[in-house]
Amino acid sequence: MNPALIVGVVAGSIMSGTSLLYATLGEVVGERAGIVNLGLEGIMLIGAASGFAATALTGSPYLGIVAAALAGAAANMIFAYLVVGRHANQLATGLSLMFFGIGMSALIGRPFVGVLITGLPRLPVPGFAPGEVGARLLSYDILVYLAAPVSLFTWWLIFRTRWGLGLRTVGESPAAAFAAGLNPQKLQYQALTFAGALGGIAGAHISVALTLTWAEGMTAGRGFIAIALVIFAKWNPLWAIAGALLFGGVEGLQLQLQAAGADVSPFVMNMTPYLLTLLVLIVWGWSRQSVAPAALGRNFVGVE
Amino acid sequence: MRLDGATLWACASARAKGFAFVTAAALGVFATLLVAAGKDPLEAYIDTLTYVFGNAYGFSELLVRMIPLMLTAVAAALPARIGLINVGAEGQLYMGAWLATAGALALPDLPAFVLLPLLTLLGFVGGGLWALVAGVLRALRLVNETISTLLLNYIAPLIVSYFIFGPWRSPETASYPQSPAFVEAARLPTFFHSRVHFGLVYALASLVLYWLVMTRTRIGLDMRAIGGNPEAAQRLGIPIIRYILTVMFIAGGVAGLAGMAEVTAIQGRLVSELSPGYGFIGFLVSWLAGSSAAGIVTMSFLFALISSVGDILQITQGVPYAVVNILMAVILFIVLGRHSVGSVAR
Amino acid sequence: MTAEGETPLLEAKGIVKRFGALVANEISDFSVRGGEVLALLGENGAGKSTLAKILYGYYTPDAGEIFVNGRQVEIASPRDARALGIGMVFQNFTLIPALSVFDNVALFQKNLPAVVPRAEILERMRRYAGRFRLAVDPWMQAGQLAVGDQQKVEILKQLLAGARMLILDEPTKVLAPQESEGLFETLAELRAEGLGIVLITHKLREVLACADRIAVMRHGRVVGVVDRREAKEEDLLALMFGDKPMQLPPPLLDPAGRHDRGIRALELVDVSSSGGAGQTPLRNISMKLQSGEIVGIAGVSGNGQREFGDLILGLQRPDAGIKLLWGEDASRWSVAAVRDKGVASVPDDPLALACVPGLTVRENLVLGSGERYSAGLGVDWRRLDADMNRSFARLGFPRPNLEARAATLSGGNLQRIVLARELAQQPRLIVALYPTRGLDARSTMMVRALLRDMRDRGAAVLLISEDLDELFEVSDRLLVLFHGAIAAEFTPEDFRADLVGPLMVGATEQSDAA
Repeated sequence: MNPALIVGVVAGSIMSGTSLLYATLGEVVGERAGIVNLGLEGIMLIGAASGFAATALTGSPYLGIVAAALAGAAANMIFAYLVVGRHANQLATGLSLMFFGIGMSALIGRPFVGVLITGLPRLPVPGFAPGEVGARLLSYDILVYLAAPVSLFTWWLIFRTRWGLGLRTVGESPAAAFAAGLNPQKLQYQALTFAGALGGIAGAHISVALTLTWAEGMTAGRGFIAIALVIFAKWNPLWAIAGALLFGGVEGLQLQLQAAGADVSPFVMNMTPYLLTLLVLIVWGWSRQSVAPAALGRNFVGVE
Repeated sequence: MRLDGATLWACASARAKGFAFVTAAALGVFATLLVAAGKDPLEAYIDTLTYVFGNAYGFSELLVRMIPLMLTAVAAALPARIGLINVGAEGQLYMGAWLATAGALALPDLPAFVLLPLLTLLGFVGGGLWALVAGVLRALRLVNETISTLLLNYIAPLIVSYFIFGPWRSPETASYPQSPAFVEAARLPTFFHSRVHFGLVYALASLVLYWLVMTRTRIGLDMRAIGGNPEAAQRLGIPIIRYILTVMFIAGGVAGLAGMAEVTAIQGRLVSELSPGYGFIGFLVSWLAGSSAAGIVTMSFLFALISSVGDILQITQGVPYAVVNILMAVILFIVLGRHSVGSVAR
Repeated sequence: MTAEGETPLLEAKGIVKRFGALVANEISDFSVRGGEVLALLGENGAGKSTLAKILYGYYTPDAGEIFVNGRQVEIASPRDARALGIGMVFQNFTLIPALSVFDNVALFQKNLPAVVPRAEILERMRRYAGRFRLAVDPWMQAGQLAVGDQQKVEILKQLLAGARMLILDEPTKVLAPQESEGLFETLAELRAEGLGIVLITHKLREVLACADRIAVMRHGRVVGVVDRREAKEEDLLALMFGDKPMQLPPPLLDPAGRHDRGIRALELVDVSSSGGAGQTPLRNISMKLQSGEIVGIAGVSGNGQREFGDLILGLQRPDAGIKLLWGEDASRWSVAAVRDKGVASVPDDPLALACVPGLTVRENLVLGSGERYSAGLGVDWRRLDADMNRSFARLGFPRPNLEARAATLSGGNLQRIVLARELAQQPRLIVALYPTRGLDARSTMMVRALLRDMRDRGAAVLLISEDLDELFEVSDRLLVLFHGAIAAEFTPEDFRADLVGPLMVGATEQSDAA
């Protein structure tokens, strides 16, 4: 095996996987609170468009990322108000949010199609000159470096804090949470704000760090891969890191294999995240494991 | 539900009034956004109305857009009656298109009156089997159908792409992968020099059958019993598993017909971008309509109208078509926000 | 034991609680001392749970005062109760199954800091667990624990939150015998530590094993408080059930002659079924039911009645043994097949179990009738209407509005519709599960008369009920179901609460050889 190929695959999966990871982390927090957001794709698109537009307007990719986070959180608040405040059907609201995101991002991004920006710079790694194998493997933009720490923080938040304990309780049973003196609605709003911000950042990573362009629908279904990834990672932020590398790696691996002339259909490879998730669900269903947050299960993952 | 004429009318007109308000509000919000983007929404709205209602071709294009929406809406409505959530019409559509294409490419020499019914059957079976996967998983208590149909949604287009880029790749259009064009006999006929095709008959037939079965047959009654109280239904001997499997298959089949119509009537071949989200929009149509047949027609009309607004915006004002999704979403948001407990009806 | 003059930990005086016309509690005096186990003994419906819920703040009493350590208090919510040091362990655990034991305990603590202090809580848990024999793996998911261990966590939760009084509602109902032993050891330790324990139960043996004082409740009142050293089983039973002999209804036919005249409609041969999660397993049940007889099944709810009914109707398959319907092996038959053979079901909650709320009355009437009213794909509504009208008339019910949605009807009316539907086809076997639960007096009498009438016409009737009076009035034979097995069989001569009652609560038959 060509070492350049391996490096390429690993670097590719890290770059692809970062965006997936942020989106997944946000969705994990939301689903832990019992809310599934099928509109994640829409949030990511809004983040991608806003981030790109802000970067183009201000010249600063960092401001772009911040703008994307704010835009994502704001858009998710529409979803939160409907689902938490008005008790609207989560699936219908999520799909509506997806369409909203497709449209809104197209509107925001239209003036910036074809515009060039300076994207998030890859940070230099001490000890390696740019261009060396080591540099290619280790030099990434700041969002990549922050991805693992953010995962760890999310894990700590969910499992080690009082807020996280309340969050998990709401996701298991809002009634029990209420009986325990918690405020389920407040927790859900907070969770969805966090999720929206991360979703926006996830989208912005693609436009501001990866492709340095804006095109309609550029997230290409990553939002749904993230939803599958949440399940695959068993709603655990740490497992999400491995899953993001794996699912992100599919894309990277497929490109490298093509370049190397290998005869694996990219489409079959792209199916693997969904097939793997389906397989995992079947296994859990077979062993009668209940791994999903119970309140989520009622309308999304449970089978009675 | 038997209501006398007066109550029915009062009910319908109350809902219509409610809906008029929602649509007006949404149009207002969307107009504000367009103005902020420097466009002229009023002009766009008027242009759309003149195009659609003042112009036979415009109206026919509206019908063309309604066809797949009505079919995918039935695909969501039917399982909804027994309490199942089918968000997989998108994937079922693709698989119906795929199996129909297989037939069209394999049997180009058959005469149309044999080939077309065969392709219709294949389209139905393709979508039906795809939905049946989710149905089986649900019947075996393994996987919730919401998530399985959702995942299958993304696998189906990849299968289609695999074939388009591979075994079914047309040699003529090397740069843009698609299947070879279907023979004339495999093309679903259209009406009166418009693009309105025979799929309209499929859609209307599906709706009528759906309505008949649900309101006039014992099967429909048993289904409504399962949807209303699965515990009681089981205790009364209704075979729930049999219904889950059958209903999912038929629902997927109807969505598959939408796919078959797309490839045999509109595209004339299999392409990778078959559906701009018909499956999801159909789900939303069915949800808004409260799974009622008349409501599905109305909502499909409304959403087809919205997509015409999108076309007009793109052609006359240079706004990307995708932006019209905002209008659709705002309508949905308002409806979702008004009813604080669950969905619109039933 | 505390000295006589000491202030009780908890005292309730003059407590009255009504639910509509029903007087659930009328208690003049009730107290718990520190360092004692007070058993609250009584039959189902005696008012024990109501009193407990008042003490824990779920209900406010209509009258009366509550004192904690001599000070009068208002307990308006469970939070207030916990602040006063009163803890309660319910029959249905309030643990969150997917969270770990640690998480469940932590969640319950007052004033939990923003970052959960794991080490500190763990340390306290270990200390309490060791002292009171409540050792559980803190990292296990609560849902995966054995029931006995879940209960330990419930107790631990309350102790860590500062409870000085613990009310346990029927704690051994869900426990296996060895788990019960463990519980009693824990209670002994808690008692030694000075806590006051209220043990709500209907099981005599427990009470005699571990209580210091026994308060017996009947019909909402405390009818006696006995010191354990002076308590005797017969006295307690007398307090629980009253000691007047039951009035026997005049038998309609000669009981001796009736027994073997019918065909065997239902026979269970050594049937066992493990049931699913949360279900009571049935153990080695053998019984026969003939046409033209009513067999009553007595028992405290939760001893397998629902599972028993479901098994006969075909909703559950037996894991072992055979179920015979009119001589045929029906063990694997579907519900539809069983119904088709002439088996009807009259359950307790018609809206939840036998009707679809969103459908009209007419539509509900046709459900469960198999192919009988099928006309092609549709329904022969005319024949249905005719048959149902006849059924309503024969039963003496007023004809309901067929177009109304089932959800708009009252409980009594729904039960009438269910009866009209189920009895329309002259079923040969009727399974009635708590059929009069929640019905007013008139409807109740109507249902009982109906069952007797069906029996007289030759049907076999299985009546599962909690109401001994009802069973005595209606049954030709009586079986007692306890812990999923048939504990005893009675014939009408022995239809007395003081004979049947004890077997429902697990006392052994020979105990009144005295």
